[in-house]
Amino acid sequence: MFDVKAIRRDFPMFQNNPELIYFDSAATSFKPQKVIDAVMDYYCNKTVNIHRGDYDLSFNVSNTYEEAREVARKFINAQSSDEIVFTNGASSALNLVAYGYGQKYLTADDVILSSEAEHASNILPWFRVAEVTGAKIEYIPLRPDGSFDIELFKKAMHSGVKVVTLAQVSNVLGYILPMKEIAKIAHSYGAVVVCDGAQSVPHIKTDVQDTDIDFLAFSGHKMCGPSGVGVLYGKYALLDKMDAFMLGGGSNARFDICGNILLKKPPFKFEAGTPCIEGVLGLKAAMEYLMDIGMENVEANDKMLVHYLSSKLLELPNIELYNPHSDCAICTFNVKGVFAQDAATYLNTKHIAVRSGNHCAKILLNVIGASETIRASMYLYNTKEEIDRFVKEVAQIDLDKCVGVFL
Amino acid sequence: MMDENLKRTILLDHYSHPRNKGLSDDPTYRTLHMASDSCIDDIKVQVKVKDGIVEDLRFDGVGCTISFASTSIFTELLKGKSVKEALALIEEYYAMLDEKTYNPEDLEEANAFDTLYKQANRIKCGTIGVKGIEELIRESVKNEK
Repeated sequence: MFDVKAIRRDFPMFQNNPELIYFDSAATSFKPQKVIDAVMDYYCNKTVNIHRGDYDLSFNVSNTYEEAREVARKFINAQSSDEIVFTNGASSALNLVAYGYGQKYLTADDVILSSEAEHASNILPWFRVAEVTGAKIEYIPLRPDGSFDIELFKKAMHSGVKVVTLAQVSNVLGYILPMKEIAKIAHSYGAVVVCDGAQSVPHIKTDVQDTDIDFLAFSGHKMCGPSGVGVLYGKYALLDKMDAFMLGGGSNARFDICGNILLKKPPFKFEAGTPCIEGVLGLKAAMEYLMDIGMENVEANDKMLVHYLSSKLLELPNIELYNPHSDCAICTFNVKGVFAQDAATYLNTKHIAVRSGNHCAKILLNVIGASETIRASMYLYNTKEEIDRFVKEVAQIDLDKCVGVFL
Repeated sequence: MMDENLKRTILLDHYSHPRNKGLSDDPTYRTLHMASDSCIDDIKVQVKVKDGIVEDLRFDGVGCTISFASTSIFTELLKGKSVKEALALIEEYYAMLDEKTYNPEDLEEANAFDTLYKQANRIKCGTIGVKGIEELIRESVKNEK
């Protein structure tokens, strides 16, 4: 049974900010006490480095760190925990694939296929790959409402495509892409599939074996975990042939004065230097927390919330909603005649936190025909009561009220 | 402090009916693209300076009420002023936004921003166009020397 009241009690941010309506979880999520405790426990009781101490504390923390890898494996149903690389976040994971795989294996004849809905983090690293290798970037056209069309994807696929890189959930529109079908088609052309899971992994059940994607990147801080930590999942054979982005302590087995380096096997060859240990331990607690609730339940609750908010916004004459069919707790809209940032500033005076802007998806906004939008994004701790209060405030926004904030 | 209703009227007027909007093709105008990395305003400003006089100012782009109104107001306020007067007015304006002592007398409609400091995260909206104008005027001074 999904008990949102009990869930809210797990998050100190609600007790400490009783008036706040937080609708910006797509930017970052709140953290439950269990995650905070895991980070604190490391700082208070076991602050030691991993993988190198000959004493109990280090041995134990190293074990917990490796258990986190196993929890991550379970969370996304990878085949082996050796396919889980800890990174600084989704951006760093995507850069690692672009550098370690894209720059190493792509050539001037190759094509990187992406879409117009991508976040900067999943397109700029590929711009760099294109610059370095001479490979070309092509875009799958979107439907007029910005949603993904598998038929348009099929038409865009060809034998020159070596990498298909897509966000499973757009951070602006919240549509869920059919990754399994995408991977099947891409694989039939011999392309690898890179999935930006920053917005999907926190919200929907992820099964990398079922979808058969080749790489998956996600961040801890958007799924109740600490910031500064994330995961790159990669099929082991691909990780094995990929270059490391950073070299240093912990990633090599041997090196000599002539410059010969023998790197460790994945995932360790990608984790040079002391990692964000407390972040990994916090992420472990976050994934356990979400699994206890059940990702199916999180997903169902998200859908309930977003459908409720969409239906309410559609009733308001002063609102233009860009993603009425969103499935992933994101509503993107504008107040007619009001610049997005002015509306967001007004909502701030009502203790409502939303994001305004182009949400790092600068190409997409040409598609939906708005240069700036307001994004309200929710998570497992948000309620229908909050939506009601939010909609009541949004219904009243006009230019005059927004200007009033500055007087 | 300027009367609240007057401020409201000025801001709404300049946002809804911006003055000097639309860029000129005339090459004697200097142009600067002001795209803030911390907010979403994206504004181009143009200034034409001749013989030490700010002869004309223009702008275009997308922006919020504050960035549009402030840029619009300054394109009017500085037109016909000497370079020295224009830069002095800009300094008075910055002083106002920084809650320092300033002389409200010559700022005319720009006084509508005398409480912008209350929304600290939006001060940059009130300066994005003005900073562009300032930079262009300073550049033109350098070039004339």
